[in-house]
Amino acid sequence: MITLPFLVVFPALAAALLLLISRDSWRRLVVWAGAAVTGIASLSLLFITPESGPLFYPVGYEVLSEGMFVAELAIAVFLIYLGIKYRKYLAIFLILFQAALLVFFETGRGSVLHHITPNLFIDQFSLIMALIIGIIGSLICVYSLGYMATYHERHPNVPDRRRSFFFLVFIFLSAMFGLVFSDYLPWIFFFWEITTLCSFLLIGYSKTDESIKNAFLALNMNILGGIAFAGALLYIIAVNPGGELLHLHSLIQSSHAIALVPAVLIGFAGITKSALMPFSGWLVGAMVAPTPVSALLHSSTMVKAGVYIIVRFAPVLTGTMEGLIIGLVGGVTFLLASAIAISQSNAKKVLAYSTIANLGLIVACAGVGTYKLIWAAILLIIFHAIAKSLLFLCVGTVEHRIGSRDIEDMTGLIVRMPRISVMMFIGIAGMFLAPFGMLISKWAAIEAFSDAQFGLAFIAILAFGGSLTVLFWSKWMGKIISMCPVAERVENNISTEKWMVLSILTALTVLVCLIFPIISAHLIEPFVLAVYGQTTRLSQDNITIMAMMLFLLMIMPFSLLLYRNDKRIVPAYMGGRPTTADLTFQGSMGIQQHVGLCNYYFEEVFGEQKLFMAGSALCFGLILLVGTLTAGVAL
Amino acid sequence: MMHIENALLFLVLAPVIGGLVAGIDRKITARMQGRVGPPLLQPFYDVGKLFQKEQILVAPSQNFYITAYLVFIVVSGALFFAGGDLLLVIFAFTLAHIFLVLGAYSSYSPYSFIGAERELIQIIAYEPMIILSAVGMHLVTRSFYVADIMAAKVPLISYLPGVFIGFLMVLTIKLRKSPFDLSTSHHAHQEIVKGVTTEFSGPMLGRVEIAHWYENVFLLGFIYLFFAWNPLVAILVLAIVYFIEIVIDNTFSRVTWQLTLKSAWIIAGLMGLANLGILYYLSGVVPV
Amino acid sequence: MSYLSRSPWLLHYDASSCNGCDIEVLACLSPLYDVERFGIINTGNPKHADVLVITGGINEQNRQVVRNIYDQMPDPKVVVAVGICACTGGVFRECYNVVGGIDCIIPVDVYVPGCAARPESIIDGIVRALDILEAKKERMGKPGGTGPAGSPAGGAQ
Repeated sequence: MITLPFLVVFPALAAALLLLISRDSWRRLVVWAGAAVTGIASLSLLFITPESGPLFYPVGYEVLSEGMFVAELAIAVFLIYLGIKYRKYLAIFLILFQAALLVFFETGRGSVLHHITPNLFIDQFSLIMALIIGIIGSLICVYSLGYMATYHERHPNVPDRRRSFFFLVFIFLSAMFGLVFSDYLPWIFFFWEITTLCSFLLIGYSKTDESIKNAFLALNMNILGGIAFAGALLYIIAVNPGGELLHLHSLIQSSHAIALVPAVLIGFAGITKSALMPFSGWLVGAMVAPTPVSALLHSSTMVKAGVYIIVRFAPVLTGTMEGLIIGLVGGVTFLLASAIAISQSNAKKVLAYSTIANLGLIVACAGVGTYKLIWAAILLIIFHAIAKSLLFLCVGTVEHRIGSRDIEDMTGLIVRMPRISVMMFIGIAGMFLAPFGMLISKWAAIEAFSDAQFGLAFIAILAFGGSLTVLFWSKWMGKIISMCPVAERVENNISTEKWMVLSILTALTVLVCLIFPIISAHLIEPFVLAVYGQTTRLSQDNITIMAMMLFLLMIMPFSLLLYRNDKRIVPAYMGGRPTTADLTFQGSMGIQQHVGLCNYYFEEVFGEQKLFMAGSALCFGLILLVGTLTAGVAL
Repeated sequence: MMHIENALLFLVLAPVIGGLVAGIDRKITARMQGRVGPPLLQPFYDVGKLFQKEQILVAPSQNFYITAYLVFIVVSGALFFAGGDLLLVIFAFTLAHIFLVLGAYSSYSPYSFIGAERELIQIIAYEPMIILSAVGMHLVTRSFYVADIMAAKVPLISYLPGVFIGFLMVLTIKLRKSPFDLSTSHHAHQEIVKGVTTEFSGPMLGRVEIAHWYENVFLLGFIYLFFAWNPLVAILVLAIVYFIEIVIDNTFSRVTWQLTLKSAWIIAGLMGLANLGILYYLSGVVPV
Repeated sequence: MSYLSRSPWLLHYDASSCNGCDIEVLACLSPLYDVERFGIINTGNPKHADVLVITGGINEQNRQVVRNIYDQMPDPKVVVAVGICACTGGVFRECYNVVGGIDCIIPVDVYVPGCAARPESIIDGIVRALDILEAKKERMGKPGGTGPAGSPAGGAQ
């Protein structure tokens, strides 16, 4: 059981060490060792997780809670200092407000709570989250080594603060472990705040005006969520002065009447953290950060903290009007973010909007919260984390080689960077194609919604939103695989570290699709069973068929090897004009003309601004509605 | 649950039926235009000829994508006729079309590139309605399995008239006929040369054609589901539906992609969603 | 008879015709003549075509284009020159920019004379070309018989 606190403390120790080390070789060693130990330790959790129900691990050090309170105040002071330095007064105001709530909570609970023993715990869902954080997070850390070195070569005017970079990344992992293992809500809140702080600092890493602006945007929105979270703590203390309900599990198992208000408040915090509309702006802005940060924020940490907590509270939300509305916020976000992604040509922005869309889908599942939907939501979390981190790291690698992150510049990438392209291809396929991961969960979600209350609205959202997803992913795929034969190969000089990480993630993307029945049977189903008393799975027939499809897909590329190469290669049809392979031809008057192929973006239909405004207004209205409803319950 | 023998029958018979349907289609179209028209077996001659031609390529990878397209169209159809999960069938069907689109993209040719983009627009135009149809059938029969839907004792059409009309829209798009033949045309007349199929020639084009036959049989099978309680009525309806498609094809000119997308989604919303909404509301009275 | 001659797909190219022959070619598709009876389809794409129907003579602007279209057609393929200009250059033969008939660029299999060529003779020419198509198919697999008779090796422009 020592593994739980070990996983929380160890990355923090590694982080502290990394803050001290400035030699590159030493840093490399520590990051490798830290990542390896974290990964192995999180894997070892597989052996200690109970078959059903959570396993608690009391931590009887009251001083820890006190320490966390002091740390939170210190963070507030630090943030206020930064706020003054950069003249961001809204941020200062929000931080002060949150700190005031905290002090109020701490003094309010006074001596009453001293008899409460905070718990760490582990159940299958925590284990899944820990595996995502431990494996994917660690891989991203390793990848960052090579990436950050290149990053600083490319951006000589950004001060080299790699020490604090790796410090923050490891602290981030530590906080995420803390978040998923804590049962005591004030602790969860503490770790929650740490992730806010780390993401804030990481987004502002380059200290350009834009990055500082976006960092504060992220901070403001997340602190807003933090305020709601603190409000939830205060509410619990108010209705339950004994404080037993500050334990996550007792809160969830308590009556609807008490748990609903904190669930909605924390759900709101989750919405801000997982960047649903109208808070999606911060996640899109976060892409100014170095790519591994985006990968970290989008796949394994940060946004997953938001959906984690909403999925935890799903049993409270299920069947309530509030839960339904929160689900709708997710659903609307899914639909509109998918549509916006169509109009984007910046690869990282497409990834950002697809993340937002998928988080929306997870929240939609969790908000409606039937047992089948929770099953689908957890699957979504797993598949999304792997495929999305792979895609971000691929884009980062490509960006360093071709000097652009624009999808239009990735024409014929398969010729220029074949291995990376294949990995990217698999990653994208993992995001939307049968029989890969995300589609399995979408499928499960459709089936589950068709049995759920008001499910039709969500089915409509999934049907339309799902088809939009197909559009933007496929046209990206198409760009990559266009065979522009004259392009030059630029795949050399990519470090083995990067290759290793990318290969592992690619393998994981495929592997998880193959073994997901096992994951489902041993991790997801016991969790759903423990919480809801019943569980679901895909039928055996369908699993077999999916496996066969996957197998087909894997063997089919070998047909290329069998294919005889004596076929006549002719240039593309260009209205009869003799054309070179890169589409240059002799125009009339003897002028050389070049043809460029550019994807459709449908700006006038799926324009970012228009849809974002619409989505924000809609989601804001929904959140106001749920706020009013909750206030009605609370008073 | 699964009926492997049906899947095998589909594998063997679907190209025959699909080709014959295409032949009848061409004959009727010719008669409507006051022509004699080609022989009934003309589609088979065409495909036979394509396999006798030399294979020329723009990019060798085209071959892989088109093979995958054919294979997954066949897989989705076979799965459908074996009585498998309707949603999985639809996803495999989408996967197949993504391969067709990728094949067009891979050739780096302006015409097939535009065709690919337009094919994608068509996919997002019809995809929601197909999913809504599956969900509608599930609402009535409480099962996503084609086998169970086939075995339903109630006429699905009486519960899902709106969904049925919405599905006809899908069929019109999928048959590659006017007015929605954006990405490539069933006919000789050309707008963007041949759209997605521009760079496929000889045997490869033959495979695309065969896939199209399989696809049409699958779509007709889907329509059959609405009337599965009475095979005689079902076959009659199939004939009528196909005839209406031919009439539409011969009376409408091609529309823009905007109109295609808009009308497809509006029909999916008005017909499909409204129908499902009413069913949802009345779900207490729907027999299981 | 193999499938080839039952399903000849045409590609019609207007080299530098006065449009007289073009109209007659299109007339073949009309209900009166209805060449689809023979499985003939007018495609717009050399990669799908079996029969290249050219009207008008070759001029300096289109000599490369004709060559290129011909190269992009998969074997076996036949060329039908429709109208006297396509056959010999016709009345434009002496023009400063006219090279001559189609056969000075690519091998022609059937010549359909006339100014303009009548639809009946065009159809007749195409049907005659089908036999040549079959013969070329026969030769395709054999050594030395890959390309059409008299043509330089296809492929490069």
